[in-house]
Amino acid sequence: MARRAGAPEVNAGSMADIAFLLLIFFLVTTTIETDAGLDRMLPPIEPPDQDVVIKQKNIFQVNINKNGQLLADDELIEISDLREKAMAFLDNGGAPQGSPDYCSYCKGSRDASSSDSPAKAIISLKNDRETKYSTYITVQNELVGAYNDLRDREAQRLYGKNFVEMEAEYLNPETSDEAKEELKEKVQRIQELFPQKLSEAETTTN
Amino acid sequence: MSKFAKKKDGEVPAVSTASLPDIVFMLLFFFMTVTVMKDSSLKVENVLPNANEVKKLEKKDRVIYIYVGKPTREYEKVYGTEPQIQLNDKFAKPSEVGDYILMERAKKPQELQNVLTTALKVDKNANMGLISDIKQELRKVNALKVNYTTYEGDAFRNLQ
Repeated sequence: MARRAGAPEVNAGSMADIAFLLLIFFLVTTTIETDAGLDRMLPPIEPPDQDVVIKQKNIFQVNINKNGQLLADDELIEISDLREKAMAFLDNGGAPQGSPDYCSYCKGSRDASSSDSPAKAIISLKNDRETKYSTYITVQNELVGAYNDLRDREAQRLYGKNFVEMEAEYLNPETSDEAKEELKEKVQRIQELFPQKLSEAETTTN
Repeated sequence: MSKFAKKKDGEVPAVSTASLPDIVFMLLFFFMTVTVMKDSSLKVENVLPNANEVKKLEKKDRVIYIYVGKPTREYEKVYGTEPQIQLNDKFAKPSEVGDYILMERAKKPQELQNVLTTALKVDKNANMGLISDIKQELRKVNALKVNYTTYEGDAFRNLQ
């Protein structure tokens, strides 16, 4: 007669495998939250040694007042139009062919009364003390966006890749060193084509 | 005699606990990876604005944080409802920002002292006046690299 030997023991040998499977699953799917934001450089406090003369046409003046209204080059505009305006200004390339500032890659209107070349173009941002921070960030975002759009365009033309992606890959600590070295050159080249010249004047009180 | 020693019926064999350590380690690792150490509790409201042209702040050891916002309800009575600066665990005046940056900078290893970023975590309802004062202080101590920390999202949502 067959004896009943209790319940058969469950084979627990594969339990560890299941545990590791779960562990790896969570490792791969969870992302540790990192902060993100707009990177900016403040101007150094000591004034430059010599006064630099900048032509008025090379400056794109952006003013935000305390009600969040925007004045760009003496024109009252909506924030949603700012990016387009800034891009038109940066990409203008007004210097005539043959002059040292001539911009061969610009696709703008080549208006002589606007900026000479992207390297010369400066965006000056001014705000009131009572401007809301969120408005300020939106304007900053649009201006950075204008630069990024133009850089994307050039990166697409030269390397068939988006600048923002290239830069993110370059800054990613997981990218290998060789790939970084290669990207560094490209990223710098694009940055030279459209250098970010965003000056922030001190705020006004009125 | 052993031949006749009956096995007791109904006795459940012990469940193998050999894999228990695995499970525990799994949980341990899971929590290790998802926890972010919180080094200071927020005493100000801190709803960040949205932006979409953002860069990630990698390498947390190279970042100094400055919080700005309206004091939360429990501190409202003492500090009022105007936006305040919070450095580490206490409220501060704009003039104290410079010293704080220098102090934090001195705490970091030598090789990182020149590559520090100041992350400004500012509530979206704050005014630019206070931010300008902070920026001025940062320029005085030559901490020129700043990051306006934001949420990722459509920047035009800020305007509503």
